[in-house]
Amino acid sequence: MEMVNVMIDGVSVQVEAGSTVLQAAQKAGINIPTLCYLKDVNQLGACRVCLVEVKGAKALQPSCVYPVREGLEVYTNTAKVREARKGVVELLLSNHPSDCLNCVRSGNCELQQLAHQMGIRKVRFTGEQSTFPVDDRSVAIVRDPNKCVYCRRCEAVCKNVQGVNILGGIGRGFNSIVGPAFGHALDEINCTLCGQCINVCPTGALAEKDDTQKVWDALADESKHVVVQFSPAVRIAISEEFGLPYGTISTGKLVAALRRMGFNKVFDTNWSADLTIMEEGNELLDRLQNGGTLPMITSCSPGWVKYCENHYPEQLGHLSTAKSPQAMFGAMVKTYYPQTDGIDPASIYSVSVMPCTAKKYEAARPELCDSGYRDVDAVITVREMARMIKQAGIDFVNLPDEECDAPMGLGTGAATIFGTTGGVMEAALRTVYEVVTGKTLPRLELEDVRGTMGEIKEATIDLDGTPVKVAVANTLARAKEIMEEVKAGTADYTFIEIMACPNGCVGGGGTPIVDALTRTKLPEDYRALRAKGLYNDDENLPIRKSHENPFITAVYENFLGEPLGHKSHELLHTHYTPRKKYNLECND
Amino acid sequence: MACTCGGHNEALFAQLDKVIEQHKDQKGSLISVLHKAQGIFGYLPEEVQAYIAEKMDVPLSEIYGVVTFYALFTMNKKGKYTFNVCLGTACYVKGSGKLLEKLQEELGIGVGETTEDGMFSIECCRCVGACGLAPVVTINDKVHGHLVPEDIPALIAEIKAAEQN
Repeated sequence: MEMVNVMIDGVSVQVEAGSTVLQAAQKAGINIPTLCYLKDVNQLGACRVCLVEVKGAKALQPSCVYPVREGLEVYTNTAKVREARKGVVELLLSNHPSDCLNCVRSGNCELQQLAHQMGIRKVRFTGEQSTFPVDDRSVAIVRDPNKCVYCRRCEAVCKNVQGVNILGGIGRGFNSIVGPAFGHALDEINCTLCGQCINVCPTGALAEKDDTQKVWDALADESKHVVVQFSPAVRIAISEEFGLPYGTISTGKLVAALRRMGFNKVFDTNWSADLTIMEEGNELLDRLQNGGTLPMITSCSPGWVKYCENHYPEQLGHLSTAKSPQAMFGAMVKTYYPQTDGIDPASIYSVSVMPCTAKKYEAARPELCDSGYRDVDAVITVREMARMIKQAGIDFVNLPDEECDAPMGLGTGAATIFGTTGGVMEAALRTVYEVVTGKTLPRLELEDVRGTMGEIKEATIDLDGTPVKVAVANTLARAKEIMEEVKAGTADYTFIEIMACPNGCVGGGGTPIVDALTRTKLPEDYRALRAKGLYNDDENLPIRKSHENPFITAVYENFLGEPLGHKSHELLHTHYTPRKKYNLECND
Repeated sequence: MACTCGGHNEALFAQLDKVIEQHKDQKGSLISVLHKAQGIFGYLPEEVQAYIAEKMDVPLSEIYGVVTFYALFTMNKKGKYTFNVCLGTACYVKGSGKLLEKLQEELGIGVGETTEDGMFSIECCRCVGACGLAPVVTINDKVHGHLVPEDIPALIAEIKAAEQN
């Protein structure tokens, strides 16, 4: 690796050739402020917040795109630099709503941080204010263009990471905006509502649809029996909201917090993840034995399912008909659970806590009411859950560890790894292998399917002489690559796992927001750290295979009968809707 | 394609196919393709943008971004007669701004719009290279120079009369 010597504010550092001044400065212990820059996502030099003085250059240079060279001398903290950066931020503030007090991002807004850091107490410029309509039509995402700072990080993640490409710069000058083509709302187009745009937005221009009040109302209603489920990744991601290190397992504290908030029963999506493995694993075997459509593709990730419906409607037969763990839980909590506890299903209000915005959309799907009611009544993200815990005045970090309630509160290690890329595959194979071969897996950890962000993994598993080729993909850009092969008939896989978000649910659009500076400072990608937490959880759990979960065995014995049986089909399987890629107005 | 109304002439899309074929592998050719597409269709309706997006493998959001960035592109169907008012320096100092005001008042539409009967549209441009005739308005390809606002009603009336015959 070729190294070059550069001097930043009088400090000499050696950095790899090809680095930027921003990176070199960080190595020299200097944090240059940024706004449009986001590691691995966006590197445009558009916002001019990271301007620096480069010796010999006529004008100030954006450090996020300025390459280092041998002997380069840079000054990051001169009067000229400070004044220029301040001017840039003030101009942004002059057309930004000053409703910080009641903005969802108050306290973790990068624009607010910049204004504070630069000591801006008064904005020198006044002028026209944007008055764009707010898009709050979808059930999952709210887009407020008036809070947009044109950093285009949302556009970059939608285009480069997800390959969905629905966001773009529109118009010019004061009237420009970042949004979908033709001024469409997010629910009118092929947006998957994955929420990756929210995770990268520095301000409150993109946020989840806040459903916390619905949940508070239900909790306050004495006629309602309020139950809650929380998904695998939630037990890890919630920790960050309370200052705990990335990857910390907070299952016990979360259960304690939910109980203190007043939920009548605290259950675990891990239980229904195990149920998903039973149904999906048996569906795979059924397809193999009876000539069903192969490769079979997982259907747990609602962003992925919507993407498939919009972009590959003719390939929907590949999707497993097994519902997602959230949806299975929803159907069971209003059918099976009332039978065990003598509760009137009509009184049950079912809440789910998810690392995901698309789960709000999934829960609202008209077909997901097989219990005779709305299977899931409200979905809140990890961020909303954290806000609720704070509103309740609960000292999360100092809570004792508590356990979930029976009969839907126990999950296995196989279920917990659903929250990361490769996890559903690994969990399925742990069960399928033992069901088919009747033998115990020699080693539970299937490293071959454990991937990282934006990676496609392939593996071949030997099922008693029958080789089964599998693939695992995360991000929709990678999903597209796999689907093009499926479409062309060249995909020789038997089983494919696809998750919409980077690194799977641990990178979900409903997880805590990690700001630009933290992303560059962490020793590893924050999603990988969260995934490690899940794998630790798996290793520490007493039962690590779905079919060995006693509460799953019990539900088949007492209620469902057998996997893929009549009742399973009624409650645990679903169908998909072909949709169009574009929503076009015809001018003729 | 997504539009199934059949309102657009197949022949026009065949022409567009040829244009796309010529530019397909050229980097940075989107603006040329859009320009020619507008020449073929007269404007860039949603289905034409989506058609180009699919054929050129460019995101629709990017195409829409380009179409809305450049004043040259329009998503409104042009009228049979397009008044193009030159707002270049020479025309502007000679009062083309007043011509534009009068035109908008007479036709009851703004810049980039088309009258309900599909007859007239108004556009603006920067210099048609006929500064000696300033201020200039072109109607389709015909140049009208040395105009004053009072000439506008007569120009419109003339077209209407010709159309009636």
